[in-house]
Amino acid sequence: MLLHDTALVYGRYLRQSLRSRFGLLFGVLMPLLYLVFFGPLLTGLPLGGRGSSWQLLVPGLLLQLALFGASFAGFSVIVENGQGVIERMRVTPVSRLALLLGRVLRDATLFVFQAVLLVLAAVVMGLRAPLPGVLVGFAFVAVLTVALASLSYALAMKVRTPQEFGPTINALTMPSMLLSGLMLPMTLGPAWLDVLSRLMPLRHLVDAVRDAYTGAYATAHMLYGSLVAVAFAALAVTVGTRVFRTAGA
Amino acid sequence: MAIISTAGLARTFETKRGPVQAVRGIDLTVREGEILGFLGPNGAGKTTTLRMLTTLLAPTGGAATVAGHDLARDPAGVRRACGYVAQSGGVDGQITVREELVTQGRLYRLPRARAAERAEELARDLDLTGLLDRRCAALSGGQRRRLDIAMALTHRPKLLFLDEPTTGLDPGSRAGLWDLVRRLRDEHGTTVFLTTHYLDEADALSDRLVVVDRGVVVADGTPSALKREHGGSADASLQDTFLAITGRGTAPADPTPVAV
Repeated sequence: MLLHDTALVYGRYLRQSLRSRFGLLFGVLMPLLYLVFFGPLLTGLPLGGRGSSWQLLVPGLLLQLALFGASFAGFSVIVENGQGVIERMRVTPVSRLALLLGRVLRDATLFVFQAVLLVLAAVVMGLRAPLPGVLVGFAFVAVLTVALASLSYALAMKVRTPQEFGPTINALTMPSMLLSGLMLPMTLGPAWLDVLSRLMPLRHLVDAVRDAYTGAYATAHMLYGSLVAVAFAALAVTVGTRVFRTAGA
Repeated sequence: MAIISTAGLARTFETKRGPVQAVRGIDLTVREGEILGFLGPNGAGKTTTLRMLTTLLAPTGGAATVAGHDLARDPAGVRRACGYVAQSGGVDGQITVREELVTQGRLYRLPRARAAERAEELARDLDLTGLLDRRCAALSGGQRRRLDIAMALTHRPKLLFLDEPTTGLDPGSRAGLWDLVRRLRDEHGTTVFLTTHYLDEADALSDRLVVVDRGVVVADGTPSALKREHGGSADASLQDTFLAITGRGTAPADPTPVAV
């Protein structure tokens, strides 16, 4: 039943995404701008990584795509709450978990698709990375999306208005981006900043994907990155399901 | 045969300024096959009660049995037996009528082909056939209401909850909706539990009225019994009866000073 319901909810929202061609591509725009206008600045700089500057930047941009895209996913739930669509679904026997999972899997599909576009553009710009590493990168995009979108939907069910939702998400995503070293590796900075950034879960995902892009898979970064990603996603889905189950207060 | 029975059903919301008792304790019996009008001033707790009875909101006190299922222990059973149309409806304007109806059938676990058939049947029954391939946003208010009700009837529920179903409809659409509600009860034996602020609607449609105020039931009976008891005579208007019951407006001997 969970599978049936999840597939149903997934299909509904995937069709919704496909109807909006603009929305389908728009998420790629910001990372694409970084790629084109910021990427070339890094080419000659000593960044301390093993590969080229592209192997360092593109993993950051991929996770940035997921960070900003998935964190704002909850906006759709605010709109649907206003229309009564969520309540209408919650009075049917549909699994509460499926109402969440169908949506976050749609988001994962969408952002992996955008990630593919971004990597193709990066290849044109000069990125060279091993295929398994690139695939690992997409997997991290998917898991991070599942985690952040779950939390975003949970928050949207709680706050109910875009006026509360938007600023809250902004206040959370900006420090996450800066402290995780998405743009430049934190090892370039002073020790206190490096230490602080290790407290940011996203930092470990970025390190893992950067390793993958240089073809290094059996590393401590990869282990921590995977553990953090999976644990974060499990926690986020649990929180999200709880909110979807008891929502309405 | 009672299809709904509640005892002390209550809901308190925790807010920053302390707890708010939206529903203090509702004791209510609804018989199978009746059309029940659930009335009360704004803020009396009507929608909160409805949302509890449809499993959308967990009660903080009391108990209820809905369509033979215990509300707290078997919410899934309640969901299978009930249909609910919220004030705001609940369809996505960008989706076609057909897609919404088919998805709704699938949410009620109908197989794909059966869900498609059911969408056609519902469209025939509710006079939506020509509109199946239109986007929901392109429907008129009356058509939209019929769609909302079609959605709620997908699984042929024994019990249908309608929250202010005719608010914002023109007189023709309202009359059509009244006929529909009567037809549902007469042809399918569906029990209808509806809230409304239109007292002519409550009068014309309901077999029995339940009036709530400040989160408790303050009157319960047939429209004519309530008029006799609270309005002074069987010829009293339901408007005066309602005001007498809830102690607002022009009711005589209102001891509460008006706070400005």
